[in-house]
Amino acid sequence: MSRKESLICVSCPMGCHLDIVIPETGEWKIAGNQCKRGIMYAKAELTNPTRVLTSTVRVNNGFLNRVPVRTTDAIPKPLLFEAMKVINKATLDAPVRIGDVVVVNLLDTGIDIITSRSMESK
Amino acid sequence: MLAYDLVVIGGGPAGLAAAIEAKKNGVDNILVLERDRELGGILQQCIHNGFGLHIFKEELTGPEYAERFIDELKAMGIEYMLDTMVLDMTYTKEIHGISAEKGFMRIQAEAIVLAMGCRERTRGALSIPGTRPAGVFTAGTAQRYINMEGYMVGKEVVILGSGDIGLIMARRMTLEGAKVLAVVELMPYSGGLTRNIVQCLDDFDIPLYLSHTVTEVRGKERVEGITITQVDEKRRPIKGTEKNYKCDTLLLSVGLIPENEITEKVGADMDPVTKGPVVNESMETSIEGIFACGNVVHVHDLVDFVTEEARRAGKYAAEYVTASLNEEKVVCDMHAKPGNGIGYIVPQKIRTEKLNDHLDLFFRVRKEFKGVELVISADGQELKRIKKRHLAPGEMEHIKLKTDRIVGKNFSEIAIDVVEVVS
Repeated sequence: MSRKESLICVSCPMGCHLDIVIPETGEWKIAGNQCKRGIMYAKAELTNPTRVLTSTVRVNNGFLNRVPVRTTDAIPKPLLFEAMKVINKATLDAPVRIGDVVVVNLLDTGIDIITSRSMESK
Repeated sequence: MLAYDLVVIGGGPAGLAAAIEAKKNGVDNILVLERDRELGGILQQCIHNGFGLHIFKEELTGPEYAERFIDELKAMGIEYMLDTMVLDMTYTKEIHGISAEKGFMRIQAEAIVLAMGCRERTRGALSIPGTRPAGVFTAGTAQRYINMEGYMVGKEVVILGSGDIGLIMARRMTLEGAKVLAVVELMPYSGGLTRNIVQCLDDFDIPLYLSHTVTEVRGKERVEGITITQVDEKRRPIKGTEKNYKCDTLLLSVGLIPENEITEKVGADMDPVTKGPVVNESMETSIEGIFACGNVVHVHDLVDFVTEEARRAGKYAAEYVTASLNEEKVVCDMHAKPGNGIGYIVPQKIRTEKLNDHLDLFFRVRKEFKGVELVISADGQELKRIKKRHLAPGEMEHIKLKTDRIVGKNFSEIAIDVVEVVS
């Protein structure tokens, strides 16, 4: 039995509507994409969906109270809320440089959490 | 009185790019005036990624994108003042500003670039009925509280408006532990980018109610509940379709308004659709030497377009400042006409003599279209036809027209029309 799926590709602002047919065996049939990225996106999204996670961490003695952070790459979607728990435990001390590592190897993904901006001390 | 060759009002992405480009094009004496405590504008609170796909070929967060330009501005030695509010500017380009540190200032400029961005429409402007408890925020305000000040603004949230800010905040609040009960949208389609519907609502199973609006807010000291009601094709609430939600927070993402108080005060021609100044191909307003770029001209979806537009403004502002006094004034010989299905076109006016190798036209459609063609014509003569699978008001479009199609042909009007395809 083939499986039919419908997705909107988010690789770029085009937002192509993709129709995918996954047969029991053999190649997937993907339609609706305007470029190769659509094919890659459909395959990834239906086998191992990933997302870049962005949030903020508390900073001590900083110009502001929070420093924005991001994952260096997309992490598996099911890990998002676990990742938020890890981020919420972290704190930084000012001054902070953009790209400083906040969490190494987040949840064993091989992906780090880094700061998204520099921040001076108060 | 202070004097500068170029004063840029606003130190967000538009102002930064304009100042940097002006400096690169020979203007030495530049001052950027910013009312907030730091440069970067709205990008500093937009901690999500998706910025810079066109300009840097990378997906940066708002602060990352801002820092690139802030670093470049500082490295170029361009002067800026923070916590400084511009109150007024005169026709003769005298700017009146104020800051706690310097008090009242008068600054004379040779040229000005307006880059004040926009602000959010509020509940008052919508006249949402009900009590006025704490817990009603515009989405951008909530974003700043959460991302910069570190306050969690609520736990059970309803969001009115499916524009990008509302969608982004739906995700942000969910990740921070709030329950987003619904996103409510007046129109029969969402105003935000498709990728945001997917990554902010679908990802978290947050329901989107199209053709609905908030008809009551309840609560004494704090929001206790709201009512949403379906609306008809004239956007009037349909009695009997009311749905009550128990919640403690209502976020409003109901429109951005370019901040043009000083633009209007100085008497620049305004476009009633964009709510920004009328500009020509060089981003110059109807007042010679006063340029404008970014959200203050028309609200953008992608900061990359803001940067491109601001670079254009900076380049031409520099040309204006460094040009010889004897240069003959070039008159606008063409205007852009929003045709069928088109809400507005920027620039509104064009001096064909000033064009380089192509003319960039930016526009938004009035409603959603699927499987149509865009027809670009001059004085009724078709110049270009482009097939478009999907057009939406929430997604600004860009057309590049080679100048050899329009220069030296004495056209007075260039029009864009949406044409349904006859199958």
